[in-house]
Amino acid sequence: MDLTLNKITHRYSDLPVLQDISLNIPAGEILCIIGPSGCGKSTLLRLIGGLERPDEGEIVQLGAPPEGCLNPLTYVFQDFALLPWRTVEGNVSLVLEDHRLPPGRKEEIIAGVLARTNLSDFRKALPRQLSGGMKQRVAIARALAVNPAVMLLDEPLSALDAQTRELLMDDLLALWMRQPFTGVYVTHNLAEAVRLGHRVVVLSRRPGRVREVITIDTPLNERRAGDPRLDEVQGHLWSLMKEEAVAADQELLNV
Amino acid sequence: MSDATLETTLSKPAERSTGQTVPFRGGGFKPEARRGTGIAVFVVLLLITEWGTRSGWIGNLTLPRPSDVGMTLVDLWESGRLWTHLLPSLSRLAVGSLLGVTVGIAVGVIIGLFSYVRAGLVPLVAALFPIPKIALLPLFVIWFGIDEGSKYALIALGTFTPTVVSTYGAVDNVDRTLVRMGQSFGLGWWSIVRKIVLPGALPGILSGLRVSLAIGIILLVAAEMLGAEYGIGAYVLQAGSLYDLERLFAGVVILSALGVLVSWTIGLLEKRMLRWRN
Repeated sequence: MDLTLNKITHRYSDLPVLQDISLNIPAGEILCIIGPSGCGKSTLLRLIGGLERPDEGEIVQLGAPPEGCLNPLTYVFQDFALLPWRTVEGNVSLVLEDHRLPPGRKEEIIAGVLARTNLSDFRKALPRQLSGGMKQRVAIARALAVNPAVMLLDEPLSALDAQTRELLMDDLLALWMRQPFTGVYVTHNLAEAVRLGHRVVVLSRRPGRVREVITIDTPLNERRAGDPRLDEVQGHLWSLMKEEAVAADQELLNV
Repeated sequence: MSDATLETTLSKPAERSTGQTVPFRGGGFKPEARRGTGIAVFVVLLLITEWGTRSGWIGNLTLPRPSDVGMTLVDLWESGRLWTHLLPSLSRLAVGSLLGVTVGIAVGVIIGLFSYVRAGLVPLVAALFPIPKIALLPLFVIWFGIDEGSKYALIALGTFTPTVVSTYGAVDNVDRTLVRMGQSFGLGWWSIVRKIVLPGALPGILSGLRVSLAIGIILLVAAEMLGAEYGIGAYVLQAGSLYDLERLFAGVVILSALGVLVSWTIGLLEKRMLRWRN
């Protein structure tokens, strides 16, 4: 299933946050969206997943979601959004309970996704017992459980420390390698963008417009930290973003 | 190299004696469990009263002797009159507050979920809350009869308003990101209410229950002012009008014990149902 964004414009009361965003998200590809803070990247993601309605323009799904897909557009949130009163298992089960699955299928799915995210030993743990990295793994497992057509990742690693972020990036890469998924990955971290993105969209500061779309040819499994080609891309991205970031920073002071 | 490190470690004690240890400035401003302190305060107050009434600097019209109150309680227990008073009171409290709390939680949740209901009912609840329910007792007697009906109604109304207020507050405080998460996974409305909103509001609802039930106990006494032969409230009021301080205080002790028991039960419920917190 592909997604197409057609001239999306969005305002909060009178303040334009996004302007004329047109993008194409083909199946099996991870699209990273970066931009200075307040440029509307998270808003764009909420629009893509239907949590908000764009003022102008439309978001179109092309083709049918894959078979067995329970929730085509599925989010992974920055703050994990786990139910604190449910165990790891219960949190994954939550998103399956509303679907009438054949008997035993739910347990099968839960066991499967927990194994894929290396959480099998933590089935009965409550969120408060888990580290930030583990919590995000649970949220990723929950997202995988509904077999999404598109994963919408809203700064999934931003609440984690640097080491955990590295580990989870490797996990995400491994998951994609095992079974390529379509992803829209919003981040302000350039290193994450060049490690995980097939294409990187750079948004300008508010109102967010597409400044540039950069395609990174290196296959995901060949990307290593310190790769000169990736460093070059990252440097280019930073040069694109730097003035915007400075301007955005000062804009906040003027409000 | 190893010599040098050895030397520094050896010279340390000498330095310490000339230097100053950093003074500790943290600590305090944090509630800590102090076992037995509450009971100690209680016991000391009782002992002072006992001593005061015995030695005469507290007049016997001012306070009863604690030991006499104790004797009255023992007498109540032995004669079986404790239960003839306690059982009707407990059943009034149970029925009245069960009604008030159940309807209150239901209305509170509905207010929390629907904007129209909120706009319509919040002012009404705000208008009902400050009415001294005791003032309405004569009206309730006409509406619901002088028997149990009016007593249930008084306690129910008294527990209803604080329960509504704390419940819709608790629903408002449920983490919105969790609700968005539920919606983003396509959960049904009823699933979101049942699995996200209600468990999320439970801590607030339970702590509101503490207040509501304490108000219920206060109103229990008020409810037994009219047309009650038996009941702790009736017992206390009767003793008061006869200026029988021993019996008055015995009744007050029972009411306090009831309050402690209710609070303890809710504490137990919290421990069981909110094990996911801490």
